[in-house]
Amino acid sequence: MNRVIPLLLIAVCSASSAETPSQIGDSYAAIQGARFRATPARGAEFFTRKFSVSEKFPSCSTCHTENPMEAGRHAITGKTIKPLSPVANTERFTDPAKVEKWFRRNCKEVVGRECSADEKANFIAFLAGGR
Amino acid sequence: MRKYVFVATILTAAAPAFADRMPIPSDALPVFKAECGSCHLAFPPALLSAPDWRQIMGRLEKHYGDNATLDEATRRRIEDFLVANAGSGRRTEGAGAAGGVLPRLTFSNWFRHEHDEVPKGAWSDKRVGSAANCAACHTRAEAGSFSEREIRMPGGYRHERD
Ligand code: HEC
Ligand code: HEC
Ligand code: HEC
Repeated sequence: MNRVIPLLLIAVCSASSAETPSQIGDSYAAIQGARFRATPARGAEFFTRKFSVSEKFPSCSTCHTENPMEAGRHAITGKTIKPLSPVANTERFTDPAKVEKWFRRNCKEVVGRECSADEKANFIAFLAGGR
Repeated sequence: MRKYVFVATILTAAAPAFADRMPIPSDALPVFKAECGSCHLAFPPALLSAPDWRQIMGRLEKHYGDNATLDEATRRRIEDFLVANAGSGRRTEGAGAAGGVLPRLTFSNWFRHEHDEVPKGAWSDKRVGSAANCAACHTRAEAGSFSEREIRMPGGYRHERD
């Protein structure tokens, strides 16, 4: 029993860290400074840009497809990936740690480096627009 | 602590009997299912040996052509879970690493034997893509069920039931 209470506390605390896509986008935008405004069109261009660092996945859209409202497919394993747009999939961009983990992994593999805060803010602004 | 070890021993001992139906322990660590089930199926831990899992978990930044890095605390929890539920003997033989390549459960003698009647065309079908894409043929793989009745291969390939 004395084990259950701390576990419950952890559950409550992590649930309260849930955020909205715009809050998560704003926190990246804030790093860029007060005058920065996220541009969905830049996010759209980034989403389909062929970085070609990796032969197997030249762009984000290799796995997430050209249309983020639709389900994607992992380029190596073939597993279905739920839509990346939070308009089509309300689980997206609600957990800051999860978002950061996937930016870290996917940017390294696809772009060859970490993504910058403005790239992340534009990317989220594009996806949250639902197109 | 004693009690945990005891329960774990019973579960391990009982596992082979159910293994073909339920290769994923029903009490599997949620963080394992979430982290190791996002790019592919969370593979049943019993299909690789403890040394195989240690090797895989020690190289997540170069993970079969992808990047599966985790924070250290999560990595260690998952490794402990996999090692505690790892398989041995016939089931995992042949999966092990050779020449610095990571182990693959799809290389094991057991896997090859279970799939020796699968037609070549089914493996190369675009919708399958990889032998590790279990769910392409095993319709209830996500639930840990690989029963023959639930197999539907893409492209209309059929297998003989025995
Ligand atoms: C090799 C395939 C692949 C490529 C290429 C890829 N991703 Fe992903 N991405 C995934 C998978 C798998 C997930 C997790 C799927 C899930 O949670 O259902 C994911 C999830 C994400 C998430 C998490 C969103 C959330 O809140 O759930 C973000 C952000 C993301 N990807 C961004 C990117 C960016 C940016 C790029 C390009 C630089 C990219 N991805 C390229 C496979 C890929
Ligand atoms: C970022 C995506 C990603 C994540 C996260 C991930 N994997 Fe993988 N994994 C892959 C890819 C890609 C392959 C290669 C699949 C192929 O060749 O068909 C793979 C293959 C494997 C294989 C070999 C399958 C075979 O062919 O027999 C094992 C075992 C494995 N992963 C275990 C894990 C474990 C354990 C975790 C959790 C710590 C994990 N994976 C998380 C992408 C991922
Ligand atoms: C191309 C389709 C295909 C893929 C991909 C595939 N399997 Fe199978 N699997 C089959 C077929 C067909 C059989 C039955 C084969 C036979 O009767 O010889 C089978 C049999 C099995 C069995 C035995 C079932 C029983 O009741 O006897 C298990 C367990 C199994 N597969 C696990 C897996 C796992 C785990 C993966 C992924 C790592 C996988 N399979 C990937 C097609 C596939």
